Amino acid sequence: MSKDRGKPGWKSIPIGGTVLEAGSSTKYKTGDWRAFRPVVDEKKCTNCLICWIYCPDAAIKRKEKHVEIDYDFCKGCGICSAECPVKAITMVEETRG
Amino acid sequence: MSRESDHNGGGDKRMKTRMGFTGDEALAYAAKQSNVDVVAAYPITPQTIMVELFSEYVANGEVHTNFVCVESEHSAMSACVGASLTGARVLTATSSQGLALMHEIMYIASGLRCPIIMGVANRALSAPINIHGDQSDMMGSRDCGWIQIYCENAQESYDWTLQSFKIAENPSVLLPVTVNLDGFILTHAMEGVEVFTDEEAKTYLPTSKVECRLDPSKPATVGALCLPDYYFEFKKQQDEAMKHVSPVLLKVTEEYGRLTGRKYGMLEEFETKNADVIIVCLGSTAGTVRSVAKELRSKGKKVGLLKLWLYRPFPSKEVAAAISEAKVVVVLDRALSPGAPYGALCQDIVSVMYESKTKPIVTDMVYGLGGRDITPPEITSIYEEALIAAKTGVVKEQVRFVGVRE
Repeated sequence: MSKDRGKPGWKSIPIGGTVLEAGSSTKYKTGDWRAFRPVVDEKKCTNCLICWIYCPDAAIKRKEKHVEIDYDFCKGCGICSAECPVKAITMVEETRG
Repeated sequence: MSRESDHNGGGDKRMKTRMGFTGDEALAYAAKQSNVDVVAAYPITPQTIMVELFSEYVANGEVHTNFVCVESEHSAMSACVGASLTGARVLTATSSQGLALMHEIMYIASGLRCPIIMGVANRALSAPINIHGDQSDMMGSRDCGWIQIYCENAQESYDWTLQSFKIAENPSVLLPVTVNLDGFILTHAMEGVEVFTDEEAKTYLPTSKVECRLDPSKPATVGALCLPDYYFEFKKQQDEAMKHVSPVLLKVTEEYGRLTGRKYGMLEEFETKNADVIIVCLGSTAGTVRSVAKELRSKGKKVGLLKLWLYRPFPSKEVAAAISEAKVVVVLDRALSPGAPYGALCQDIVSVMYESKTKPIVTDMVYGLGGRDITPPEITSIYEEALIAAKTGVVKEQVRFVGVRE
């Protein structure tokens, strides 16, 4: 409770849980759900963008020569690693601490 | 259709139109005159005619409604939620197993504050399978956040359907409403129903002014995940909206009474003043109870009836005021709450009386499950027994099943 004390109360929030601002999901970082993180071997990556197509969370960023993972939103499903034709993405266990 | 002038006296000189309608048909006709934008529904006995007749109006071009044929009640309610979010006026109807299938989406409709109107033909739930009238279906969805109105006859079915849109769409309310009709007893019995002309109905209930929340020019997210930091606040808002229902309902019924001569409210009291025994009930049984009470009153017995039109939100203060002077209150519950101290209605009655300075003896009579009739002689003996209890201060059983074989 204490950490939410400063948030607006029922009198001032819109009714029915409507979020009035578009694109607000970008503010909700879901990367900490991850148990395994995909790590890209930039030397092996051919920038074919198969992972970029398959990623269900749009968490693959396109760079000039290789892809990059957006760890704020990647939930660690491993689809990119499974689909990568050159095995450039390895799933590494997340550790706490 | 016949048109007849009003000879009942009073100042109302306008020509009145009377139609022969079953409860289902009366609801469908009211929906037609309510200029409903979207109907999404799935047929189930004894609700079928509500939607069947309405689909005829659509097929004949008598209404502009977008009629959505769906594959289940779950989809029906889901389609209604989506349509309602666009600000459309939306109606659906169901019964029993169908209502049970809608259950989860009913919480979404109230949670998203969609003013949907739903006709519920109250019917027993399986098992064993039964298609006849009792109120177990709606009582099973009691806490889903919908306003609940119970009708006594086909006229009330028509009148409450029209009034419900005004209550639901009020900006301080924005909650869905169920208009409950006892299965077969009301849904399939034909009565003379006085109706508005189409023009009168249009004046009474103009096009919906509910805000469109799915507007591409104002992008927003509806139905987003809501975690412990906000969920509670939205539930509090819903409960506050429920508190606005009573004053809005009183304004709506006041206006309707002025226009039609038929005045509704949260509840109806019949001979409750100085009554020693008051029976409390919902729906069609009130008609039988009233006629028995009238007869007993003519013999000098001090008995009365309290009929609730509005069950949710529960009119606590008004109920307490109506029954607190009685010696014995008998609650008729047409639904079973297995393992509970009382049936659902009786639980509410006992709760509101806890704070009352004067406390009548309250007993519960579970009756009419699976459509079993309750007869005037049975009600007479309920009154007679309660009158004895009023003198002795003792009741034999706190909860009794009326008319069940041993």
